[in-house]
Amino acid sequence: MNASKHIFTLLKKDLLLELRQQYTFYGVLLYIASTVFVLYLSIQQPDSNIWNGLFWMIQLFICVNAVAKSFLQESRGRMLYFYSVSGPVQFIIAKLIYNAIIMLLMSLVSLLLFNIMLGSPVIRFGQFVAIVCLGSVSLSLVFTMLAAIAAKAQQQASLMAIMGFPIIIPQLLLLMRVSKAGLGEAFKGEALSDMMWLLGGLDVLVILMAIILFPFLWKD
Amino acid sequence: MRKSWWKILCTVLLLYTLVGGLLLDVPHKKILNETIRNIYFHVPLWFGMMILFTCSVIYAIKYLRKPDLTNDIYATAFATTGTVYGVLGLITGAIWAKYTWGKPWSNDIKQLGAAMALLIYAAFFVLRNSITDIDKRARVGAVYNIFAFAMLFPALWIVPRLVESLHPGGAGNPGADPRDMDARMRIIFWLGAVPGFTLLGVWITTLIIRLRLIADKNLLHV
Repeated sequence: MNASKHIFTLLKKDLLLELRQQYTFYGVLLYIASTVFVLYLSIQQPDSNIWNGLFWMIQLFICVNAVAKSFLQESRGRMLYFYSVSGPVQFIIAKLIYNAIIMLLMSLVSLLLFNIMLGSPVIRFGQFVAIVCLGSVSLSLVFTMLAAIAAKAQQQASLMAIMGFPIIIPQLLLLMRVSKAGLGEAFKGEALSDMMWLLGGLDVLVILMAIILFPFLWKD
Repeated sequence: MRKSWWKILCTVLLLYTLVGGLLLDVPHKKILNETIRNIYFHVPLWFGMMILFTCSVIYAIKYLRKPDLTNDIYATAFATTGTVYGVLGLITGAIWAKYTWGKPWSNDIKQLGAAMALLIYAAFFVLRNSITDIDKRARVGAVYNIFAFAMLFPALWIVPRLVESLHPGGAGNPGADPRDMDARMRIIFWLGAVPGFTLLGVWITTLIIRLRLIADKNLLHV
């Protein structure tokens, strides 16, 4: 009971900060808009395979940008304060939820922009949106954990990319594969649901690892 | 002598693999021809890599449970040897692929998995080097080691079963299952090559560990 209250308070603090400063949100939004615009200038209306690949690559970069901030913004002094008022598990869960919310929002915005600017090869829209939601949450979970690790080292942003890209490849490949269902590709038998279960399972794994491992990163 | 029996065993097994693997009779198959002998060298390297990385992660867990720098030295040494085995496995695989699949790299899912594993462990060493404080380096390194291992291994074992692969045993050509290996080859492979290369990896690792223990003597006995 107490733990969930802690998590809720920490989450509320992050969301409030976001609403008041409105720095990340608009920063990332502008990042999405300008990236998609540059893509539009260079390739206009790509065919569905390229569209799909580009979409997920852009999600990856958005995620690195959006999530990197979550641990960088916490100054040393503020971390000292968190040590005294909450535990590591509550702290990481709040961060995971917050980043998942932000990333979910960003993915949907970029999906909209992709559809407007780069054409819309998506045939089954509902299915595609569901996959995008699952995918953005998966990405944000992995990168939250990596941001927590990178925050302990110097050159955090570049280190996050170095550590994260190889780890995210399997999930990204699966997402690109699965999202072709939304682009009209038929899958044989249970292949699609198998891959969705695998993605969901990996998410659970990441959450468990974060809960187990973050207490060791918590204090210097 | 009591302590070095496994080193002698390792040497004997590897000599047996080398001589037997290159000289004994193998089944004659189309496309594969004599390159089939590479299975004694290419596949055991992957077995060795997996075992060495697993050892590394066990010591990382041990470090988090009991922060002793010796455990960190063990974890890093196993990761180093594992990475070397991975590179060798990738090279032997590329040579094999050049003669059987036509080109050294064909974006096969298992090749991608191998490249991923190597990138992850390369990032592990970069991460460690970016932290100057010794205890913090060991702790953060251990956390990344465990996290990366937990993310990588499901991917290495499950994803290749979901997509097509040029490698035998996958969905692409299930006819060439490793269990269908010729009986003569199976003996050299399972009795000679796999334990031989694994023992060699452990042997190399113990040498690295001994070197590091001497180099960091001052840190360990504070």
